[in-house]
Parts: sequence; C-alpha cells; structure tokens
Amino acid sequence: MTVIYILWLREVKRYVRSRPQIIASLAQPLLYLLVLGFGLGPVFERAGQGSYIQFVGPGVVGMGILFTSIFSGIGLLWDRQFGFLKETLVAPVPRLQIMAGRTLGGATIAMIQGMLVLAVCMIAGFRPQSLLGVPMALVFMALTAIVFAALGTAIGSALKDMQGFQLIMNFLVMPIFFLSGALFPLTNLPTALTVATRLDPLAYGIDGLRGALIGLWQIGPVTNVVVLASVGAAFLALGARAFSKIQV
Amino acid sequence: MIRVQNLVKTFGEVKAVDDVSFEVRAGEIFAFLGPNGAGKTTTIQMLTTLQRPTSGSMSLDGVDPTTKQLEARRSFGIVFQDPSLDVELTAYENLELHGVLYHVPRKVRSERIETLLKLFELWDRRDSFVKTFSGGMKRRLEIARGLLHTPKILFLDEPTLGLDPQSRNQLWTHVKGLNESEGVTVFLTTHYMDEAERVAHRIAIIDHGRIVAQGTAQELKAQTGTDSLEGAFLALTGSTIRDERADAADQMRQMVKMWRR
Repeated sequence: MTVIYILWLREVKRYVRSRPQIIASLAQPLLYLLVLGFGLGPVFERAGQGSYIQFVGPGVVGMGILFTSIFSGIGLLWDRQFGFLKETLVAPVPRLQIMAGRTLGGATIAMIQGMLVLAVCMIAGFRPQSLLGVPMALVFMALTAIVFAALGTAIGSALKDMQGFQLIMNFLVMPIFFLSGALFPLTNLPTALTVATRLDPLAYGIDGLRGALIGLWQIGPVTNVVVLASVGAAFLALGARAFSKIQV
Repeated sequence: MIRVQNLVKTFGEVKAVDDVSFEVRAGEIFAFLGPNGAGKTTTIQMLTTLQRPTSGSMSLDGVDPTTKQLEARRSFGIVFQDPSLDVELTAYENLELHGVLYHVPRKVRSERIETLLKLFELWDRRDSFVKTFSGGMKRRLEIARGLLHTPKILFLDEPTLGLDPQSRNQLWTHVKGLNESEGVTVFLTTHYMDEAERVAHRIAIIDHGRIVAQGTAQELKAQTGTDSLEGAFLALTGSTIRDERADAADQMRQMVKMWRR
C-alpha cells in the first residue's frame, strides 16, 4: 500500500511543481471554449440548441481530462528514456502495484486538471444548472480520468520511443476527442458516425458530465457509469499486462 | 550465489551475450571486465530481470530470475551504469522513494539516508532538485541510493564512471566494508583495472559476448605472461577500439540535452 502511495505521490508532486505546464495545458481547452463558443454560438443558437458555451463547457472539461491522463501514461516513456523506470522495475514489489500507483497518480492529476478547466469555463461564462450536479460531475470526471490514465499506461508500456507518439496522437487521441460529442450533439447523426461515437469511451464521460452539469443526457447516467466502469476495468487489466511485460 | 550457464542474448542479428557461464560464490567480490559493447550490461540486465535471455539458465541465491522475477528481485540491489534518478524530485525524495520500494522501515530509512548523504557529501543539498545537480553529484546520489538497503547480492554496473577520486575511494571502502561485515556478494563491472585489482577476489574478462578468461588477478597475469592486469586485459581483448551501438534512448537523451541549452 505504501508503495502505491509513494508512486502516486510522485506523480502528484511532479504535476504540482510544473506550474508553467499546468498553465500551458489550460490554454488548449480554453481556446476551444472561447473560439468555438463565441464563433459557433450564433449558429448553434439559431439551430434551436441553446447556448453553445453551456453545451461545449463539459466537452472541454472532458478534453482536459483526456489529454492530461493520456499524457501522464506517456510520461512512462520519459521515465524509460531517463532511466527512472528501471529503478522501479527492479524493485522487489509486484509490478501491478507500481502500475497502480502511477495510474492512480495520473488519474488524480487529470481530475485536478478537469476541475481547473471547469473553473476557467465558469470564469468564461459557463454556469452549471445546479450545484447539486457538481458532485455527480466529479464522479464522471474520476471515472473518465481512470479510463484514460489506464489506457495511457498501456500505450506508454508498449511504445519504445517518442516516434510512436505522433501516431497515437493523430490516430487515437484526436479521434477519441472528436468522436466523443464534446463539440457537437450526438443526435441525428449518420448511422456510421453514431456507431463510431458509441464505441468511443469518452462519449460516455462527456455525456455524464453534460448531464450532471447542464441536465442534458443523450445516453443516460446508468449506461454511462456501467460503460465507463467496465471499460476502465478492461483498460486497467490491459495496462497491468503491458506494464508487467516491459523489458528495458 | 550467482550461477550462470550457457547464457545467450541476441538482438536481431547481434549476439550481445554468447554462451556465457560463470559462478560467483557467496561473500565474493566478482568483477566483469570488458571493452565497450562486450555484453557486461546486458548480462547484468538479464540477471536483474530487466531483459529475458534468449537461452541459457541463471540463478540468484537459488532463484531463477526469468521465472521467479519478484522473488529474485528481493535478493539484490543495483547501481545502474546510466542515470536512473527522478530529476524532478529532490535528493532526499529520491532516496525516500527507494527506501519505500525496498521496504526499509521508516526509522531505519531516515537514519540510513542521513548517513549515506553525509558520506557522499550531499547532505547539505538534500532538498535541492536533482536536475540542479552536476554529473558527479548525480552519480554520487545514485550510489548512495544503491547502498540504502542491504541486499544479499549487490550489482554495480560501472559505478565509478564520472566519479572523482575521493568519491571513488569512499565507494570502494564502503563496498568492501559491506562485503566483509555483512557478507554481501558483489558483482561489478568496470573499465578501471586498478579498481578491479584492488577490490575483486576474482575477475572474468568478457569480449564480444564471450568470456575469454577468468580467475584471480594473479592468475590472469600468469596466464598471459604480463606483469599488470591492464597488460593481461589488452593481451586478451586486443587493442582495437569498439563503438557501442546507440539505441533510441541515447538518441533521445542527446536530443533533450540539445534542447536544454
């Protein structure tokens, strides 16, 4: 247990100490929020969908969580390059514990990041429907963070160097983001796209956040929780497997 | 304590370790000498569960590190050849983390951290981030960390690379002390003949992945008819200079160094 804790603490310490990075990573969601929020706002409203800032707010929160948690897993690559990974790999503790500590650490910082993005959204004009929805939103944030931190660990364990990183970014992370319904409603889509969005775990996280914060459910709370929890468990198993096979 | 039989490791076409067999007795200090790229580090990586052998068998204190990895990891400590510190943490935090990973009880942990940081003259800088340390300081910290717990077997992979003579002396005095008082078995690799001669009970010379000779320093000298270990080494391995192949990690580190400037 102390092993999981100390590795969790390491991730959190590293995050808290890298203030410039925290600010930089707030910029991207903020850009989406402001540019799309104000740029697409009038069109969105004329289409009878209400305020776009309200709609896209939970989307960019989910985006912040997605990027932070996947990157934390890819931080494993840096540890591999700088050698620290070896130090943990030869330690007399089950690799499952090492993987758990890192992944929970990654999920924690992703959650902090999500809350920061939410705060920024509120400064920009986003308003949750009621404060009662916020605890429920936190639950969905945590689930989403765990799903993608575990995926990040699995990817980080499988990649050998940074060259694969662009590939992952363009063919996995960006599609996950765009297909999640973070930016557009998931209703009245062509069938192929509907299927694709339903296969995207982030769609369930975003729907949960949106439902909790502004009361707009397109999938439904129970389905969201069930899907996120089972996908999370599957990714954790996948991550643990990949991590236990690492050779330096 | 360490038994290796017909160990082979191939990377694609390259045979990094080619049919290596040797044995290290309990309480012995055993040195692996060899030119760059001879297979020293690969052998250590296989013994310490970081790489799987292509074929051959190994045992550490009676445990096979390929099948019983966790059990094997309980028996050794290691100082790596290349950096393995977390530079975003402080010196103290690095040692603390190591202590927790190796189940050193809290009280013993803080005492030993203090002793070792003082021994390697890093105590005043304990709360500085490792990224602010010079190369030599980082190296000293790695060594202090490797000595934090007392394992049955201690692997030292070119531990004195980049160390000043004072720290080098501290290290060997400490390692000899551990070997004599606690009976720790030591497996080390080095480029420095004088060190091998000073601390090692027995020496194996490895070249192109094969052990070309092993025995005490005296025996090696007698075998080659030379009067120094260096002479024996050159007689056995020839005098051509080898290049190590650079892997992705090295390239990456160079990139980062470039961008840091």
